[in-house]
Amino acid sequence: MVENRPWLTFLTHFVLICGVVIVVFPVYIALIASTHGPTALSSGMMPLLPGAELWNNVVQVLTEQRRGVAPFWLMAWNSLWMAIIITVGKIAISIISAYAIVYFRFPGRVLAFWLIFITLMLPVEVRIIPTFAVVANLGMLNSYAGLTIPLIASATATFLFRQFFMTIPDEMMEAARVDGAGPLKFFRDILLPLSRTNIAALCVILFIYGWMQYLWPLLVTTDPKYYTLMMGVKRMAAVADADPQWNTIMAAVVMAMLPPVLIVIFMQRLFVKGLVETEK
Amino acid sequence: MASIDLKGVRKVYQGNVTAIHALDLSIADGELVVLVGPSGCGKSTLLRMIAGLETITDGTISIGEDVVNKKEPAERDIAMVFQNYALYPHMSVRQNLEYGLKNRGTPRDEIDRRVNEAARILEITPFLDRKPRQLSGGQRQRVAMGRAIVRQPKAFLFDEPLSNLDAKLRGQMRIEIRRLQRSLKTTSVYVTHDQLEAMTLADRLVVMNGGRIEQVGKPIELYDKPASLFVAGFIGSPPMNLLPIAALQAIAGGTMPNLPTGTDIVGIRPDEVVVGSGEGIALSGTVELIEPVGGESHLYVRVEGLDQTLILVQQGRASVGEADKVDFVLPLAALHGFNKESGLRVD
Amino acid sequence: MDTKRTVFPSQGLPYLLVAPQLIITIIFFIWPAGQAVKSSFEREDPFGLSTSFVGLLHYLRLFQEPDYLASVGRTALFALAVTIISMGLALVLAVAVNRLIRAGTAYSTMLLWPYAVSPVVAGILWWFIFNSSTGILPYMLEFFGLDWNHQLNGTHAMILIIVAASWKQISYNFLFFLAGLQSVPQSLNEAAAIDGAGPFKRFWTIVFPLLSPTTFFLMIVNLNYTMFDTFGVIDATTAGGPNQATNTLVYKVYTDGYIGLNLGSSSAQSVILMLFVIVLTVIQFRYVERRVQY
Repeated sequence: MVENRPWLTFLTHFVLICGVVIVVFPVYIALIASTHGPTALSSGMMPLLPGAELWNNVVQVLTEQRRGVAPFWLMAWNSLWMAIIITVGKIAISIISAYAIVYFRFPGRVLAFWLIFITLMLPVEVRIIPTFAVVANLGMLNSYAGLTIPLIASATATFLFRQFFMTIPDEMMEAARVDGAGPLKFFRDILLPLSRTNIAALCVILFIYGWMQYLWPLLVTTDPKYYTLMMGVKRMAAVADADPQWNTIMAAVVMAMLPPVLIVIFMQRLFVKGLVETEK
Repeated sequence: MASIDLKGVRKVYQGNVTAIHALDLSIADGELVVLVGPSGCGKSTLLRMIAGLETITDGTISIGEDVVNKKEPAERDIAMVFQNYALYPHMSVRQNLEYGLKNRGTPRDEIDRRVNEAARILEITPFLDRKPRQLSGGQRQRVAMGRAIVRQPKAFLFDEPLSNLDAKLRGQMRIEIRRLQRSLKTTSVYVTHDQLEAMTLADRLVVMNGGRIEQVGKPIELYDKPASLFVAGFIGSPPMNLLPIAALQAIAGGTMPNLPTGTDIVGIRPDEVVVGSGEGIALSGTVELIEPVGGESHLYVRVEGLDQTLILVQQGRASVGEADKVDFVLPLAALHGFNKESGLRVD
Repeated sequence: MDTKRTVFPSQGLPYLLVAPQLIITIIFFIWPAGQAVKSSFEREDPFGLSTSFVGLLHYLRLFQEPDYLASVGRTALFALAVTIISMGLALVLAVAVNRLIRAGTAYSTMLLWPYAVSPVVAGILWWFIFNSSTGILPYMLEFFGLDWNHQLNGTHAMILIIVAASWKQISYNFLFFLAGLQSVPQSLNEAAAIDGAGPFKRFWTIVFPLLSPTTFFLMIVNLNYTMFDTFGVIDATTAGGPNQATNTLVYKVYTDGYIGLNLGSSSAQSVILMLFVIVLTVIQFRYVERRVQY
């Protein structure tokens, strides 16, 4: 620090505490709501201190059957699978395509690069109907394949790996070749272990990405068996105005957002690395 | 153990850039040949062609009896030491040494025997279980050497292996490489841009320039009888003084000898110039700068009528001071004559 | 585009390696995008039996449709508001954290985790807080004589989605601003202090100009985010209502096409959005290229 001015330090902490309050506030409210019984929330003023009903609300969320929504555990299961398949799939296909683009020279290489690049310019939101039609024609509606495969192509992950491979000294591959390693062996023995940190960082980012998906599952699932948590809590909340059960809905919302939030808190270093590097 | 033969080897890059012009070179079994030249002269490219890391446009390269043009690096049975060592950072030293042997399916006990032997020779046994990043530059260099030794290949290829080390360590490792190569008697090709390293290491020296070989020979032969202006200027430190005859004639007058026809540049090593008077071309000039190196002194002398500074080496302390006038002689026996146009030596 | 100095000599392998990525890209990205472009120039008869080429008809109609034009303005307002609010707050917080040495990490953790809250959940959280029967904010706003009702009042609804979308994006902007600030050499700050500049002056004359690449990058990313990633926020709260007041361009593509089944118009809207993303991406990458040269 260049100088030490007490009032400036005070101001700094004041600003940060205000910031943290703003950021935490909605989630705090949700947490509080999830610890009260149904009556405490419908009586006009929402309480600001925790109640004792958290466990009951959680049990209710986990056990009750709501109309038009799959059981909570099933949706959680679907979300988990969707996030995992997307994470693994994206990393797998990105790392091998980056490998091909960096370590081989083949006709069509630049074209392949540009085709991958184009995906950046085509978010699901701008091609809703035709993509839905393709998935429907392939018979992939209401399936894990339909939920995940169309989201697996990834320019950002490919670029991240490409960028990383370019920083590995050329001699590494030459030494491996002199040592008798072919392309697959080099990939397995040298490149993959060297990419560990990048893969871990991407895992964090992509798991969160997969978990958050909303529009896509909304389009390709009509069978509640394949609903994800994001769809489920939205559906629960949508009927809440008519049938105010905010306590259980908030309990569900808190549970639904918990896994990625915990990942960010406990893997902050990887999360930051992943987020910053994929944007390079 | 094998000889290496290059016949009419050419390398043309995309866009018609010729890196190596048709070139012949034979390296005898057990010999240490150093390729030396300025950056961009093609020495690394040539080494990488021998290794199989660059394709060969024309000609043949054989190692032992086999023409290896189409062979993968691993099939050529060579080992390479890289400038940045290229150690696998995620593997321990032991794993680094073992990797090439494992890929060849060497039996386990043989791998252990060779790794332990190499580690003993290179004195890296205590570090076998460390990762490369935990080692100093010199230790990494030894591991890189070890990776080559354990393979017991037909040839070692060194690509500027010492240029990442500091001067002192470089001197030590140079001696060690020489000793190791003598005891293993493995054919070696060594690339460097450092002429001192080249002179001290080589059985035979290959000076390259612009994708061509300028001269091949024992280091001392090259020093004593440089075949071209380029070699004359490149080998030796401080470099040979190269003076145009026309300018010399104007200032040296009567002391100017008759030189073979075609000579228009004469060269003289700085340590052959005699301060004072004697037989030879007599010149005088002003000392601009003196560099006392310790055992000798380098004098930079400006001579009226020459548009370049002459370098003189005096043993011990300089006999004159800066800004002093100095008389000196270029003895006839020490002169090298060159033709400017062809760049070649005239005898 | 670069490869390594030496490459593996294999012929077929690289094709196998890029195949999965390319197949998915072509089937699920490029083909549908092409279809969108194609159907934006066509009209389908009511039974879906035949299609006819209608040229720019859908586009021309779109630009005469007051609903669409209103949606363009609305989206611009929404995007600008969210970008300014979330970037502004994030910058203040990043500057504050950057001043602290030890406590900074703890604050960072507290500020970063909302990144992991999905847009849908962010929407639900704020919907609950603004909820007219039990929400805490309407209760407080009543003291100021404000009768909050985002289910009837379009302005209230817009404020709701702006707040929810900005809140969710603070973490992201904070992270990048903090990274940008940390790469400003401390020596520059010290030099400016020796030159007699106070902390605020130093920020505006030294730090902020050096941060401009980050600021520019974040502007592009935030525009992209507000255009496309806020679908969940809107769908979980206002669903475009009341009376179209929060129907942004992306949400309109969804409602017109997926719900309303108006293929031609929805495709034309998609194509316009595609052009918008292409422009943003090109700008972003131009800028990245320039940044690499530093």
